[in-house]
This record gives sequence, structure tokens and C-alpha cells, in this order.
Amino acid sequence: MFRDIGGLVLLFWRTLQALPLTFRHRHKVFEQFYEIGMGSLLMVCILSVFIGGVLALEIGPVMVERGLANFLGGIVGLGLCRELAPTLMAVLIAGRIGAAMAAEIGSMTVYQEIDALRTMNINPIHYLVLPRLTAIAIGLPMLVIFADLVGWMGGAVVCSTNQQIAVSMQSFLANLRDTVEIKDLVHGLVKTFVFALVIGTVSCHQGLATIGGPRGIGRSVTKAVVNSIVLILILDYFLTHLLVQIEK
Amino acid sequence: MSDPANQQGVRVEVRDLRKNFGDHEVLRGVSFTVERGEIFVLMGPSGSGKSVLLKHIIGLEEADGGEMLIEGHSIHAEGLRDRYRLAMVFQSGALLNSLTVGENVGLYLREHRLKPEAEIRRVIAEKLEIVGLTGAEEKIPAELSGGMKKRVAIARALVIEPQLVLYDEPTSELDPLIAITIGQEILALRDRTHATSLVVTHDRDLAFGIADRIAMIADGEILALGRPEEVRRSPHPLVQRFLTADFHPKPQ
Repeated sequence: MFRDIGGLVLLFWRTLQALPLTFRHRHKVFEQFYEIGMGSLLMVCILSVFIGGVLALEIGPVMVERGLANFLGGIVGLGLCRELAPTLMAVLIAGRIGAAMAAEIGSMTVYQEIDALRTMNINPIHYLVLPRLTAIAIGLPMLVIFADLVGWMGGAVVCSTNQQIAVSMQSFLANLRDTVEIKDLVHGLVKTFVFALVIGTVSCHQGLATIGGPRGIGRSVTKAVVNSIVLILILDYFLTHLLVQIEK
Repeated sequence: MSDPANQQGVRVEVRDLRKNFGDHEVLRGVSFTVERGEIFVLMGPSGSGKSVLLKHIIGLEEADGGEMLIEGHSIHAEGLRDRYRLAMVFQSGALLNSLTVGENVGLYLREHRLKPEAEIRRVIAEKLEIVGLTGAEEKIPAELSGGMKKRVAIARALVIEPQLVLYDEPTSELDPLIAITIGQEILALRDRTHATSLVVTHDRDLAFGIADRIAMIADGEILALGRPEEVRRSPHPLVQRFLTADFHPKPQ
């Protein structure tokens, strides 16, 4: 485990050192960005509508019962942008993109493609890890902004159409506008950025550490997804604690 | 020509190379020298440590003891790769499957930004023509046969204009006709560029067909080393068994 953590930190540090080369690898960054963004957009859209809807459905009737219906937009808005959208989108992307990264790099490791790069004096971190990490660090926060907007609309639709809640869309959105501030969006996006770095680093590290044949690739993919999700959920608590302290 | 870096072909020295994988001693103090422009064949049975040795020479493995020198400089010396051009042709070809044949062949030039794009395209076409794959630029590795993949791998190595080329089992999994073509490619490449070639193989026909010198390796030790005819005359029983082994069907 300690070797894994050491390897992760080292890979992240070496990728940071390679950041000045990002422009040189921009075509690969755009390719990865397209894969992360366009490839995940529909999934993010569907997931966000239902997250917003379920959140409204769970807390709506309780708040209406206590005469707090006017605060529903704010509660759903805050819950989504500060916590649910960043965490759930990160988990979704860990499963979709993290798994793909680990599988692709793992397969390249097993079939000596990484060795071939090294013999050509091409650094695999510059060639493979840097574009992926850069793309996910930009792409995931953008997906979360999109998820926030779609999720809010999902919540608004459920509140206005559900008979038990019956809060108009205008009233929901007005309260959301009054309650949710830029700092709340930033709070969620800071967490998302860290989650993106975790997914990218863990997945690329697992890919590069792959040994064995197809079974080794499968093991790396599983480890990449599970480790990413575990780290995301643990870091979520500490990041939230830290950001709340800073906001005070 | 006094600067070795300008010469086509480098001198390789392996001194007392040792490597263990756990308790298993894979290389037990291997030493030999490959002269500039020489085709040196490391021959031996499967699992004798040939490929591991090759990986040490190109710097893909860390040795437990001993050293590998290119023109007197350690393979791990700072800037060695900038000074000397080394290339390796892997057993599987190790082509990047997500790239086309042309992109694979031009990868080194593009990543190191050594030539303008038009020139890179010309070089790719030229190298593919040398290995008999004219017009294959847009194919993807999955569409190629084993022999074609190896020829693309050789074209990719040619692009580097190497001073040292390492071949890992270049004729494994190939039919005898393609194997002969690959052997001819290795000879032609040496004649054209005067690059030093180090070939790892268990293919006796290839070894005796192309080698200037042969080292017979088994269980991580060199059993015989010399010109092909000298190795053929080696009294070592394992060398003789390896060289004379043949398939004799049991009588019915």
C-alpha cells in the first residue's frame, strides 16, 4: 500500500513538473478532453436531472409540511452544487474515464508499447499521463457546472409538478438565485478539481503499474476505479471541512 | 570521425552483468563486447536470460550488478540517449495500437520535433518502402500480419537512424520465408547504416545466417562466444545439444 501511495505521489509530482510541456501536447489534450466531455455529456445530463429530482422529492414534502416551501430552491441548489454534483460526477467519471485510462495504459504496458516509447526516448509521463491529467482537470469541473444547471432544472420540474410539493418553478428558481452564491459554486468546483486530479493520477498510475496479461489489465481497472472512489469519498470530508473553515 | 558520436555504429561492452528476480538468478555475471558495425547474435534456449539482457542494454531494466557501456559511457549516464541513437525492435513489434502505421513510424521524429511535417511524411514513405510496405501508412496495426508488424517495427527503428539496433527474437512466430526476409532486412540495414546490431534469437538458421559473432547463453551464463564456425565447434555439451537438436518422429 505504501509503495502504491509513494508511486502515486511521485507520478503526480513528475506530471506537475511536465506542465510547461502541455501546450506542446495540446492535440492529445484535446483528444482526451473530447473523450471526457462529449463522451460523458449525455450520461451526466441524465444523472443530474434525476439527482436534482430525487433531492427535491426527498426533502420537498418535509419542508412543505413545516412551512419552509419557500426555501426549497436554495436547499436543492446548495446541496447539488456544493456536494452532490461534484461527488457523484466524480464517481461517474472514475467509473467511465478512469477505467478507460487504466485499461488503455495497462494494455500498453503489458504489450510493451510503453517500453517502445522509452526506447525512443519518449517519456510516457509526458506522452500519456500529462494530456490525460490536464484534460480531466479541465473537463470534470466543466461537467459539474453543466450538472449543477441540469440538476437545478430537474429539481425545479419535480417541485412544480409534484402535487405534494407544488412549488412553482419561478418561486423555486427565485429562492435558488437568492441563496446560492458564487462561493458555493467555487466550493464545489474546488472539490471537483481535486477529485479530477485523484482520478487521473490513480488511473494512470494503475495503468503504468500493470503486470501480467489480460487478467492484470482487469485487476488494474478494478483497482483504479475502487481506489479513486475511496479516495474521493475520504478526501470529500477533509476538503469540505477545510473549505468550510476558509469560508468562515 | 574522431568523435564516436559521429560514427555509424557504437561499441557496446557488457561487464559482469548480474540480475535476480526474487531467488531466481537470471544473469550470472555475463560479459562480452560488441564491436562497431558488428552483427552480434545472442543465441540460447527459451528462458536463458537473453531478452532480459537486451532490456538491460537499452536501459529498460536495472541491473543488480555489473555495467553496460556504450562507447565507454554507462547506459544510465546523463544525456547518453541524446548523444547516441539507440533503437529496439521488440519481439511483438510493440507498435502503438492506437496509431496508424505511418504515425508509428513517424512517432520519434514528431515527438522530438526533428523535422518539418512534410519531411516527416517523406521519411515515413521512404522507410516503409525500404521494408517493402509502400503505401501502408494509413493501415492500423490490427490489420497487419505478424511479419508486417515486425517490418513496421524495423521501419520505426530505421527512422531513428540508429547507431545500435537491438532485435528481440525478430523471427519468432514467423514462417521461414518471412524469417529469411527479416534476416535480409537486418543485414541490409547494417550494410546501409553500419549500425551495430545485437540480435537475440533461438533461431539457429537466422543466427548462423547473419552473425559476425555469436554468443551462446544458457541459464544466465555465456557458454560459447566467437565466430559462427567457432561456436559450431564448441565442445560444450549444451551448445552441441542446442545446435544439433532435431525432430525425429518415433517409428510406428
